[in-house]
Amino acid sequence: MDELKKWYEKAGSCSDVVCSTRVRLARNLRQFPFPTRATDKQREAVEEKVKEALLSGNSILSREFRFIPLESASEEEAVSLVERHIVSPEFISDRRGKAVLISEDESISIMINEEDHLRIQVLKEGLSLKEAAETADRIDTLLSETLDFAYDPEFGYLTQCPTNLGTGMRASVMLHLPALTENGAMPRISSNLSKLGLTLRGTYGEGSKIVGALYQLSNQITLGLSENEAIENLRSITAQLMEEERKARSQMSENIGWRDKIDRAAGILKTARVLSSSEFMELLSYIRIGLSTGVLQGVAIEELIALMVNVQPATLMAKAGKQLDENQRDVLRATMARELCAKIKE
Amino acid sequence: MLCQACGKKTATTHIKTVVNGKLTEYHLCSDCAQQKGYGDLFSNWGMDFGNLLGGFIGNGFPSPKTTCCPTCGASFEEITQSGKIGCADCYKTFREQLLPVIQRIHGTSRHKGKVPGGSALRISGGQHQMMPVKESPLEEKKRLLKQAIETQDFETAAVLRDEIKEMENHG
Ligand SMILES: [Zn+2]
Ligand SMILES: [Zn+2]
Repeated sequence: MDELKKWYEKAGSCSDVVCSTRVRLARNLRQFPFPTRATDKQREAVEEKVKEALLSGNSILSREFRFIPLESASEEEAVSLVERHIVSPEFISDRRGKAVLISEDESISIMINEEDHLRIQVLKEGLSLKEAAETADRIDTLLSETLDFAYDPEFGYLTQCPTNLGTGMRASVMLHLPALTENGAMPRISSNLSKLGLTLRGTYGEGSKIVGALYQLSNQITLGLSENEAIENLRSITAQLMEEERKARSQMSENIGWRDKIDRAAGILKTARVLSSSEFMELLSYIRIGLSTGVLQGVAIEELIALMVNVQPATLMAKAGKQLDENQRDVLRATMARELCAKIKE
Repeated sequence: MLCQACGKKTATTHIKTVVNGKLTEYHLCSDCAQQKGYGDLFSNWGMDFGNLLGGFIGNGFPSPKTTCCPTCGASFEEITQSGKIGCADCYKTFREQLLPVIQRIHGTSRHKGKVPGGSALRISGGQHQMMPVKESPLEEKKRLLKQAIETQDFETAAVLRDEIKEMENHG
């Protein structure tokens, strides 16, 4: 039997700049208090109802989704869910009464008893806002046939935090912006975006430093804008950022220092025996830009993204099925990187 | 606690994140949080929400302390302190107090988006395909438009085109 490809193993559109797209919907069941105020029994009841709505009946969804109660997951499994972007870090910090439903390709997940009773999430490779929003919308409609969601004609979908009121929708794109980072344009861009009702957030590693020039751009306002308007707004700003990044890249391509970094990164990943997570992410950023500007060849962007997902510490351990200390992980990561990067040609 | 980024100011924003295989928490001051994209209301909202409410309550609002939500029992004070609404009915119980805050956060208090309900849909899918078969009203109109153009029924097409435009604008 063929193994099903995970969403991050596929090629996406605009993948030279956009790594992935995510759409999340917050929903609550009318008859129960929001998670913080719900009793253990009520949280359990929420879990049962959501599980039943999705998995029972003759819906084909029942064959597509896995149900994972967080309390029974190991530490690596739980952290790996965060590394694979299936759940939020907050979600695993206290795992009591929490569960997640995950589709086989990991592109759809439903967090149960996070900040809201349900967080429906759709992840797609590359830039795919419309499709992701549409899928999330359909899952929501399907669930609403059996579940009574808290809704008010004035405030829209009711959420535990009023910042999510209305559509309850947060859409975001993960962007790779190495050239704009290198030329120092990010602070200016970031402050302009917040005026437009969007948030730009870096991906942070140890010491809260931005890692691998990866940024998440998302909508901030959920009330007074329709889902389509919010998506369109985000899409057009993303398009402008992509243009700026591409322009900065082509200016940068003449720069010998820039080229040197790309080729050195390839050299190290082809030969290194030990690679820490942060060193790997820094080098990978250069490989990614090398591949997407054609300076490097031989490896597809999606292969690179799959590697990036799979060599994260907890995901490495979850796949290996055993505990690995940091050194063992760094060795394994270097081995996997060498295997893939051996195919890189200049 | 001091901000972990600048080491100077008091940390007010607490962010959970996974670093090197471990769940970690970062503590940032509001400036550093802002700079890193965490300064918006929804990550630090507990505090801002409290401040916002405090500001409004001071301004001649009747003190709602004695009222509790009949459904979940939350008092307004509890909501302010935790930064979390108790249940769906709290929005009715404390509507007057919440309204100005909601307007401050979103710039409006009128929902403009999806309304629950809508057509039943079945998900069909062959090989691991997550493909709902039932089309949305918008898709249906688009299909009919295509048909109308193919059959050169331009009158119908014009009507459909306007309807589609309207739907896409107001989604
Ligand atoms: Zn600071
Ligand atoms: Zn209540």
